[in-house]
Amino acid sequence: MHPTCNRFQTNVAEALADDQLQKALARTAVGLPSARERAVAKLPEFEALRDDAVALKQHVLDHLDFYLKRFEKKVIEQGGHVHWCATHQEARETILKICQDAKAKTVTKGKSMIGEEIAINDYLETHGIEPIETDLGEYIIQIRKEPPSHIVGPAIHLNKEQVAESFRETHKDLPPDRPLDDPADMLKEARTLLREKFLKADVGITGANFLIAETGSTAIVTNEGNGDLTQILPRVHIAISSIEKVVPTPEDADTILRVLARSITGQDLSVYTTFSTGPKRPDDLDGPEEFHVVLLDAGRSEMLGNEFKDMLRCIRCGACLCYCPVYTAIGGHAYGWVYSGPMGAVLTPAILGHEQASHLPNASTFCGRCEDVCPVRIPIPKMLRHWREREVEQGQTSQISRTALAGWAFFAKRPALYHMLANMKYSMLGLIGRKKGRFKAAPFTSGWTKHRDLPSPQGKTFQQLWSERGGRR
Amino acid sequence: MSQAMEKRNVGLFVTCLVDLFRPSVGFAAVKLLENNGCRVTVPRAQTCCGQPAHNAGDKKNAADLARQTIAALEGFEHVVAPSGSCAGMIKKHYPTLFAETDPWRQRAEILASKTYELTSFLTDILRVKKVEAQLDATATYHDSCSGLRELGIKDQPRKLLKSVKGLKLQEASQPEACCGFGGLFSVKYPDISNAIVTTKTDDLENTKADIVLGGDLGCLMNIAGKLKRQDSLLQVRHVAEVLADMTDKPAIGEGEG
Repeated sequence: MHPTCNRFQTNVAEALADDQLQKALARTAVGLPSARERAVAKLPEFEALRDDAVALKQHVLDHLDFYLKRFEKKVIEQGGHVHWCATHQEARETILKICQDAKAKTVTKGKSMIGEEIAINDYLETHGIEPIETDLGEYIIQIRKEPPSHIVGPAIHLNKEQVAESFRETHKDLPPDRPLDDPADMLKEARTLLREKFLKADVGITGANFLIAETGSTAIVTNEGNGDLTQILPRVHIAISSIEKVVPTPEDADTILRVLARSITGQDLSVYTTFSTGPKRPDDLDGPEEFHVVLLDAGRSEMLGNEFKDMLRCIRCGACLCYCPVYTAIGGHAYGWVYSGPMGAVLTPAILGHEQASHLPNASTFCGRCEDVCPVRIPIPKMLRHWREREVEQGQTSQISRTALAGWAFFAKRPALYHMLANMKYSMLGLIGRKKGRFKAAPFTSGWTKHRDLPSPQGKTFQQLWSERGGRR
Repeated sequence: MSQAMEKRNVGLFVTCLVDLFRPSVGFAAVKLLENNGCRVTVPRAQTCCGQPAHNAGDKKNAADLARQTIAALEGFEHVVAPSGSCAGMIKKHYPTLFAETDPWRQRAEILASKTYELTSFLTDILRVKKVEAQLDATATYHDSCSGLRELGIKDQPRKLLKSVKGLKLQEASQPEACCGFGGLFSVKYPDISNAIVTTKTDDLENTKADIVLGGDLGCLMNIAGKLKRQDSLLQVRHVAEVLADMTDKPAIGEGEG
C-alpha cells in the first residue's frame, strides 16, 4: 500500500470522527489488556520469562550474522532455498519469480506482516496471480482492500455488521438473503470458500514467527489452522521473514512462545504452533515439493548498528498497541502504513525513511505503558525520543517549534532574568484570571484552549513569594 | 547534638509549573518537609529541569539545563520535587545526557541518587506514616505516568491520604491510564490529546468523587482544564495541598468568585 503517514493529522481527524471505529477501539482498549493481565497473573514467573526473552533476543542480535548463516546452511542441507533480499522490491521480484517458475495461478497466504510490508498481494495481482488471504482477519481486510489496523488483529477496527456487508458484496454467488448475523455464520462461509482455494492453490506463502538456526526450520503461530493448510497443501511453500526473526534452537523459540500469546490474547499458547523444515522428504505423507525462505532486510541491518537496535527485539505481539493511549484513540489506519501504535512509530520511519513518517515519533505522550507491557522490554519511549533527536539534528523540526524552544531555553538558562520576567508575566495573568480561575482562550495557547480551559496562575511566582518571605536560599 | 543539627538538609526543586501557576503547591511541599524534620532551601538558580527540551529531542538545551540544575542542587543532602515527572527527569534521564567520560556524568548520577518525588520522599525516606490534615470529601487519585512508571510511585500518596481525616478514597477504573498531557504533545496534537483526556475525565466522573488528586501539575492542569470546559463540578488539586492541610486556595482552574 502507498504510505499515508505524512497525512497523519488528516488521518487522525477522520479517525476521531468515525463513531464505529471509536466503539471498536474502546472494546480493544479494555478487552485485550484484561486478557493479558489475567494470563500474567496466572504465571508468577512471567517477569523472569520476559528477562529470558530479552537476553535471548539480545544475544541473537549480537551474533545475527552467525545465526543467519547457520540457518541458511541448514535449510540448504535439507533441500530448501534461501533468498536474501535487501529491499522490498527485491523480495517482491523474488517471490514473483518463484510463483512464475511454479506456473502458479493462485497463491494462498497465511498471515504475514512482511507480506503486508512488501505489499505482495498487489504485486502478484498485477502480474496475473491471484493471492488469497486465509487468516480470517486478513481475508476480511483483503476483500475490503484495507491495510491491517493491528499487527495481530488486522480487522480489529470493524464490527460484525461491516464484515457481513463485505461478505455479501464479495460473495455474490451465494443467496443474498442468507443469514449472516452470527460470527459463526460468517466463519462457516469463509471456511467453505477458502477450503476450495486451499486445494487449488499452486503456492502457499506464510510468514515466520521464528527461524530456527539449529534445524533450518521456520515456525508460525496461528489460531485458525489456516497456516498449516497454506504451507502443507500447495506444491511450493514460501516462508517470508525479516532477518531478526532467527533464534538459535527450538528451545529458544519456546522462550519466545511463552511470552508471545500471553502478551496479547492472554492464551498460554496460540492454538497452532507449526514448524516447517525443508520440502517433503521421500517418506513424508504430505508437504510441499519446494521450500523457499525469503529473508528481508529493508532497514534492519542498519538498525542493528544504530540507536534503534533494541527495536529489533520486537516479537510482534501487539501488546504495546492495545495499551497505548494514542493508538486506542485513533486506531491503526491513522498511522498510515502497515505497522501502527508505539512499535509502528519506531519501526515505520526506520523502514520507510524518517521523512516519510516524521509525525509518528512525535505523536506520543511518553506515558511509558508500551515499555511496561513489552514482553521483550523494548525501551520504546527512548527509541521515539531518538527519532526526535535526529529530527532536531537534521534541522527538520518546524520553524515555529524551533523558535519557541530556543526562546524558552534562552530565558530558562538565565535564572535571574527568568524569575524577574516570569513574576511580572504571571502576576499579571493571575490578576486577570484569578477571579474566574481560568481562561477560555489566551494568546499563543490555541492548541491548549481548543479543547480545554487554561487554569489561571495564582499570581506572584513561588520564587517571588519565597524571596518576600525571606525563605532560605 | 542540637535539634537543628539533626535536621535533614533538603533542596526544593520547585518545578516550573508550580513556580509559575500554583505556588501554593510549593508552600505545601515546604510545610510537609518542615513538619517532618527537614530544613528546606530553595536555590534561586533553578528554573526548569529541561524535560521539554529533552522530549523534543533537543539534546543541547536539555544538557545545558541539566548542568544548571545539577550545579544548583548538588550541595544538598536530599533534593525533593513536588512532581514525579521532574523528579524522574533528574533521576532517570539526567545521567543519560552525558557521556561516560564527561565529568558531569558522575555529578548527574550523584544528584539522581538523592533526588525524590515528594510523597515518595515522605514515605520511603522519612518514614512518615500520617499527616495532620482534614478534608471532608471523597477523592480519586490519578497516577501520573512518569511518577508511576519511572519511579514506582503508587502506594506512597495513597498511604499518606489514608491519614487525612474525613477523606475517603474512591479509585477510578483506570487510574494508571495517561491523561493525554504529554507536555508539548498536548498542543502539537490537540485533537488526540483531547480524546485521551476525555476518556480520563469520563472515568474520573464515574467515581462520583468530589475531588481529583495527583502528584503532577501538568497532568492536573490538563484534567482540570478539560473538566472546567465540560462545566464539571469535580475539583482538582495537587496531593501536597491536601496532605499539608492547605486547601484554602481555590482548586485548580477555579476562581476566587
